Amino acid sequence: MTTDIYKETILDHYRHPRNYGDLPNANAHAKDSNVLCGDVIEMQVRVKANIIDDARFRGEGCAISMAAASMLTEFSKGKSISEIKKLGKDDVVKLLGADPGPARIECALLGLNVLKAALVAQQGA
Amino acid sequence: MALNVTKIRADFPILKRKIGGKPLVYLDSAATSQKPKVVIKAIDRYYREYNANVHRGVHRLNEEATIAFEQSREEFGRFIGAKTSKEIIFVRNATEALNLVVLSWARANLKPGDRVLLTELEHHSNIVPWQMVAREKGLKLDYVRIRDDGVLDWESFEQLIKESPRVLSLAHVSNALGTINPVREMAREAHKLGATVVVDAAQSVPHMPVDVADLECDFLAVSGHKMLAPTGIGVLYGRQDLLERMEPVMGGGEMIKEVHLQDVRWNDLPWKFEAGTPNIEGAIGLRAAVDYLSKLGMQNVREHEKDITRYALERLADVKGLVLYGTKEIEKRGAVISFNLGDIHAHDLATVLDTQGIAIRSGYHCAQPLMERLKIPATSRASFYIYNVKREVDVLVRALEKARKMFRI
Repeated sequence: MTTDIYKETILDHYRHPRNYGDLPNANAHAKDSNVLCGDVIEMQVRVKANIIDDARFRGEGCAISMAAASMLTEFSKGKSISEIKKLGKDDVVKLLGADPGPARIECALLGLNVLKAALVAQQGA
Repeated sequence: MALNVTKIRADFPILKRKIGGKPLVYLDSAATSQKPKVVIKAIDRYYREYNANVHRGVHRLNEEATIAFEQSREEFGRFIGAKTSKEIIFVRNATEALNLVVLSWARANLKPGDRVLLTELEHHSNIVPWQMVAREKGLKLDYVRIRDDGVLDWESFEQLIKESPRVLSLAHVSNALGTINPVREMAREAHKLGATVVVDAAQSVPHMPVDVADLECDFLAVSGHKMLAPTGIGVLYGRQDLLERMEPVMGGGEMIKEVHLQDVRWNDLPWKFEAGTPNIEGAIGLRAAVDYLSKLGMQNVREHEKDITRYALERLADVKGLVLYGTKEIEKRGAVISFNLGDIHAHDLATVLDTQGIAIRSGYHCAQPLMERLKIPATSRASFYIYNVKREVDVLVRALEKARKMFRI
């Protein structure tokens, strides 16, 4: 583990999260928490014809969870549901540009897990 | 007498470790302590020279293992001032000790409407078992309030003790804030009203002189791994007359005298509560740990920890943006310091400190109700033990300055 995980881009997303807040006309949402850090993330998504039209999040927690969620909302816009469902740990590490290490990977994955849960709920509806 | 910390440090092989090229600065002894060579060697010797089951069989190895196992019990009993080793029940840890009190004593002795008095600063292990039995038996749980500085609110205690709780169960030292509770004074009040007093001593027995007669407690729970011994061994101390009247909670070998198809007679104390083959290596390691601490002298241990805690509180107070929790009165706190640095999440801070070789704990410290009460999200916690030196506090302070710059606090 190095301090790479707290590099400039990550701290910037943490201090100035993108797509933060409520999404009007959202048709998919989910919320979950990570007991380790007490991170809480809620994702609100608007899906049109299986494509993510817009995504926003809110929540609180550590820098890694918040930055990963912020980056994920930017990344997911315009992607198809099936593309998002295929994302995994390696993709989140690539988005962050640094590996948070085994002790903190759950923080980084919380946003993706919540986004996937929102999409599953939307499809089930 | 001041501890010879240079000599002590040489007894702990792990302290030679480097973390990412930097010397390990281990400030997480409240979670688990490191182990000295004498403990590691005692366990090694047991497996090399006299590994056998205890209390069964008559061969030489049985005999040697049984003697070592029972001597550990006697030694531990002396260490905490028990009247007899019958009052020392080996368990896995303090959590299991508290659960044993609840499952055996509380289930048999408490009835619907009875009150149990706890405090707001308890570890989850002294809250959850009581909640479980409260649900089952219809008990009412009351909590003594904690002041903002982490010290128990005596007025709140006096008010709640008037409700005549059947049990007062509390931590001797808070694992999250380091507060030392005035257990003896509280036990005295509780006993006047006929309550039974249970003490979670996981954070006190490793760090200061503790005597069960002096504390005036009825039960006391201890974890071995926080006091130089291996994990998986702990002790429940119980007053003999209480233990005699209690039923075992686990059945099996060792805890019986006679077994027939329809009938069974329990074994004598303390084995009545020790079903199955016990943690023999754990007990042997615990004995070596108790010997080691006894040689240092628990009052000397306490003085050393007061000294380093005082120094750390002073140094940390100078870090810009750092918030310290808990009382400033050194007599009222153990060697545990909880803090936050600006708005850096405790886990982010712990990760940054880890890159500097520093091991601290971060999170809720298994005391979520306390964190809610103090309205703090999570904290970083540095805790000290016999092998820590002021130089390590300096390393911590430098790393905090680095984190402060990194996060622009």
